[in-house]
Amino acid sequence: MSSVGQSWGRYPVAAQTIIDITDRHRPLPTVNGVVLPYGNGRSYGDSCLNDGGTLLRARGMDRYIRFDPFTGQLECEAGLLLSDILDLVVPQGWFPPVTPGTRFVTVGGAIANDVHGKNHHVTGTFGQHVLNLELLRSDGSRMVCSPELHPDWFAATVGGLGLTGLITRATLQLRRIAGPWMSCETRRFRNLDGFFHLSESVAARHEYTVAWVDCVSTGDGLGRGLFTCANHAPASPDVKPGAPNRHLSMPFTPPVSLINPLSLRAFNSLYFHRQREDIAHATTHYVPYFYPLDGVGNWNRIYGPHGFMQYQCVVPPTAAQEGIKQLLEVVARGGDGSFLAVLKQFGNQPSPGMLSFPRPGTTLALDFPNQGERTLRLLDKLDDIVAAAGGAVYPAKDARMNGQRFRQYFPAWEAFSHFIDPRFSSSFWRRVAE
Amino acid sequence: MLRILIVGASSAIAEATARCYAARGARLFLIARQSQRLEDMASDLKVRGAADVAFATLDVNQLDAHGDVLSQAWTWLGEVDAMLVAHGTLPDQNACEASAELAVKEFNTNGTSTIALMTLAANRFEAQRHGTLAVISSVAGDRGRQSNYLYGSAKAAVTAFASGLRQRLTKVGVNVLTIKPGFVDTPMTRDFKKSALWAKPESIARSIVRAVDRGRSVVYLPWFWLPIMLIIRHVPEFVFKRIKL
Repeated sequence: MSSVGQSWGRYPVAAQTIIDITDRHRPLPTVNGVVLPYGNGRSYGDSCLNDGGTLLRARGMDRYIRFDPFTGQLECEAGLLLSDILDLVVPQGWFPPVTPGTRFVTVGGAIANDVHGKNHHVTGTFGQHVLNLELLRSDGSRMVCSPELHPDWFAATVGGLGLTGLITRATLQLRRIAGPWMSCETRRFRNLDGFFHLSESVAARHEYTVAWVDCVSTGDGLGRGLFTCANHAPASPDVKPGAPNRHLSMPFTPPVSLINPLSLRAFNSLYFHRQREDIAHATTHYVPYFYPLDGVGNWNRIYGPHGFMQYQCVVPPTAAQEGIKQLLEVVARGGDGSFLAVLKQFGNQPSPGMLSFPRPGTTLALDFPNQGERTLRLLDKLDDIVAAAGGAVYPAKDARMNGQRFRQYFPAWEAFSHFIDPRFSSSFWRRVAE
Repeated sequence: MLRILIVGASSAIAEATARCYAARGARLFLIARQSQRLEDMASDLKVRGAADVAFATLDVNQLDAHGDVLSQAWTWLGEVDAMLVAHGTLPDQNACEASAELAVKEFNTNGTSTIALMTLAANRFEAQRHGTLAVISSVAGDRGRQSNYLYGSAKAAVTAFASGLRQRLTKVGVNVLTIKPGFVDTPMTRDFKKSALWAKPESIARSIVRAVDRGRSVVYLPWFWLPIMLIIRHVPEFVFKRIKL
């Protein structure tokens, strides 16, 4: 599914040796230089790259260890994909309590980035549902960590970007569902205030909420978009649509990015008007609901040979309305737009990891075709706003924030650095912390 | 319920095949060298839906241990609906040219041991009068090539043996399936540069299960190796010996 030793944004390009890890009982391979665990390569920037070093590709550690269909506790090796787990547990009435926007991530990767989903305001991050994990260090030692057992190592490893050692296995607590269907409701909002209003009024009744924002629109329509909220549907919903059966794929990388101001303007406008009513209801299979982009294999190729840059930030509640408005203005004014602009209110649960990204506030995710300096300058401008508002930028999606900003966003970085395995490092970490 | 026996169970193709059968609720008996790997696989396959999983360790080059292990498998499974013989190595051709001892050892692992196992298993299948004995040979066995003719010759022996055995056992209702994979992306081929011709073990495994279901005799996996090998087999010797493959 993913290219070898690349990140999902296909930027930056790194040269590294790849070693497959298939046996969790073996000690780590001895190599010259530093190593970094690599799951399925779905991090966007350079947090999953190790330029000049070695990647320990963990996808071969893909065995289940134990699944109790009565309690929903699943113990498995860290290289298993969420998609495999879904195939196994959904028919048995279980679901991951937290899922990111793609199901092609490994369990180890989900822990190491402490990923979040559309239900953050209800369930918090992925790491909050990890009952325990085993950490294998380069000195050959193994440590089972949990919120009770070596809690400091647990807090360092959850969201620890793979730097504290190799996660070999983990036990997850799944949650009950009645079936694979989702009841969804999509509401149109005409400006940013509309988004904040809906977040307050609708979120309480729905486990999953997220909004798509038209980031080409300016003026009165700044921040207009579609607010989608959903719950797991009862076992027999009124409508049973067929399970999805799409196998589209981007077969090659076009010579130039297909995302440009023209296609963006057209797409954003069409998408905003895709439903006639202001409120639309639907029953949907969980796959297209949670993973619309997984339906198109290698969709990252549409951005052409230079790849793209994701930008996801969070702005704390007190500064959210003003901060998000400023961010959207900068993006709209730049004319670069963003194909996928996503807004979501995080909940108030404290995240379990020292370097976890989710924190109370409003999060905005954007992506931009990589146009070199021009894109970097734009993202620096966004950083100025986020930093001034006391927010943070998501390392899993970053390829460019400067070290000073990172250290401001993640004040625990110094305490965290004592937990880093001396033989582990990443392109990201060398960029922001050294 | 399907009863499945797999030799060389920890190889990538075998493990992927075992997962297909586990998802169907089969009962599986696994044979491989390392007990830890077998234990890991057994718990994995049970979560994936296998009715039950048992295993035994075996070094296939200890020919006198074959009978005992097969008898354990047949006792535990009752009867065997499909047996997959999947063990093997990829010998270093250059090293095999330098050492006759190594050449014979590799031939034994990839050829002799397989023939020995199939000989004993064939008699058990003949007695139960149904089932499929599937063996992983290779496209490399179709014609000896400079780059890996030691491996190729061992697989050629397996292919010829399986062909004869198929003629014999078809008459009592037992199918012998010869599987000829091309390049497969597994730990065994870790050091090769991969091209579009390379297949994933999961897709090979699905094809193996389908071939067993359909009672096929010989399958090339993926299918495009059939025309490729047809051409390679028919290149005249005076041309063949002058090129490098």
